[in-house]
Amino acid sequence: MYEQYITLGILAAVAVVTGAAILFLNSILGPKRWTASKLDTFETGNEPEGDARQRFSIRFYLVAILFILFDIEVVFLFPWAVLYRQYIAAGLGLFVFIEMLVFISILGVGLAYVWRKGALEWD
Amino acid sequence: MLVLIALTLLKVVGIVLAFVMLVATIMTWADRKQSALIQDRIGPNRASIGSVRAAGLIHILADALKTLFKEDFTPRDANQGLFRIAPFLAFVPALLAFAVIPVGDTYCPDGAFIVQNFRDVCTAGAQADYFRVSNMGAGLLCIFAIVSLGVYGASIGGWASNNKFALIGGVRVTAQMVSYEVTMGLTLVGLLMIYGTVDLNEMVRAQGTLLWGFVPMWGIVTQPVAFFLFFTAAIAETKRPPFDIPEAESELAAGYFVEYSSMRFALFTLSEYVASVLVAMMVTTLFLGGWQVPYLYGDGLHNPMTGDLALSIPYLLVKVIQIGAFCFKVLALCWLQLQVRWTLPRFRYDQLMKLGWKVILPLSLINVLVTGLWLLVAA
Repeated sequence: MYEQYITLGILAAVAVVTGAAILFLNSILGPKRWTASKLDTFETGNEPEGDARQRFSIRFYLVAILFILFDIEVVFLFPWAVLYRQYIAAGLGLFVFIEMLVFISILGVGLAYVWRKGALEWD
Repeated sequence: MLVLIALTLLKVVGIVLAFVMLVATIMTWADRKQSALIQDRIGPNRASIGSVRAAGLIHILADALKTLFKEDFTPRDANQGLFRIAPFLAFVPALLAFAVIPVGDTYCPDGAFIVQNFRDVCTAGAQADYFRVSNMGAGLLCIFAIVSLGVYGASIGGWASNNKFALIGGVRVTAQMVSYEVTMGLTLVGLLMIYGTVDLNEMVRAQGTLLWGFVPMWGIVTQPVAFFLFFTAAIAETKRPPFDIPEAESELAAGYFVEYSSMRFALFTLSEYVASVLVAMMVTTLFLGGWQVPYLYGDGLHNPMTGDLALSIPYLLVKVIQIGAFCFKVLALCWLQLQVRWTLPRFRYDQLMKLGWKVILPLSLINVLVTGLWLLVAA
């Protein structure tokens, strides 16, 4: 009954075991000669300057938020798209098309808004 | 239950470990040979076993052994646990996505079937899925779910390294991958409208239908715009050139995996190659008819004009030809990606974001509307 998920789980197990086996072999075969300068953070040969966990551009957060919004829109589009031809066959084609036209228009207005606001600009 | 596990293991070994991993490792060699060809060099040819050089193929073995014998260490300032687990988080989802891709059609027991509506319909017993790992009905959704897990490996690796290059690479890779995930999803909506299913094998079967009697209804025929948009977005999702800004060596040394050494580093690079094999397989399945060979159905070649059987071929041989066709298409697309990689210069980050959000996203929305209108008018 859950055959498709069991098989997926088996593949996941195989992938994890493969990765773990490779790393295990590496830990046996590889040398272990740790020195203070080797364990330093790589900074093109200079002494590491301060901590790396610093502030970075706000634009990356904006992209993350836009992603959540638009990805959810895609999730709503998928079931509609799969059933679209069945609706056409049932004679409801124009109705569901206009429904989705409204939905995509709202999506388009949202895109135009973030575009005008400059959320997609990187300079 | 035991039979199921044994059969699945066999499929996992055959499809994922043998085929995918083999193509991915050969791609590491083909990549360097391709660059050599384009830059008028000879490329790797020195590694040898005895006097056998095999055009540099031995380098694959040499690379594997070399990374295996290198020191695996974690920098002092790195977040120890996350640093060690990040390569796994990149590698496992990369392999997992192959579970739902059909390498060949479902198998009819005893070869009992009739060809109906351009597809083989089993007449005795249930069809068996020997040529894909998981017969999940929601295959496409499953792939999207797994591909979106891939972002964790790179971004956690970049953050846990506690290195400025790695951090910038990590946030870049996160923003890039999530942006192109949206566009990848949107470009496929038109395809779902036409085939009306998210089951990948059903989708491939639908692509065997003939349009106007002789044109196979492959995705590239019904959705040509989506093909280019999806292929571009999918290459960007693999973070390979020309979209390799997260690991741009001229700016970031090696980007998010700059602190990684030995096998952990190799897992990151390998998962990138595996991802490009996945792109090739997805484009093949969705747009190039998957295992379909034009006019070839379970009982043999059909005459496209009359629909009659023109050349009778044994059922098992048909399966072999179809799987061979799938492999051929996948290899061709892998090669195309290498060609793209070495032909185009790297994008700037603002150009990359502009391409994703301001070009591909609006175009794919328009594509959805045009497809909807076209289906409506055609009905």
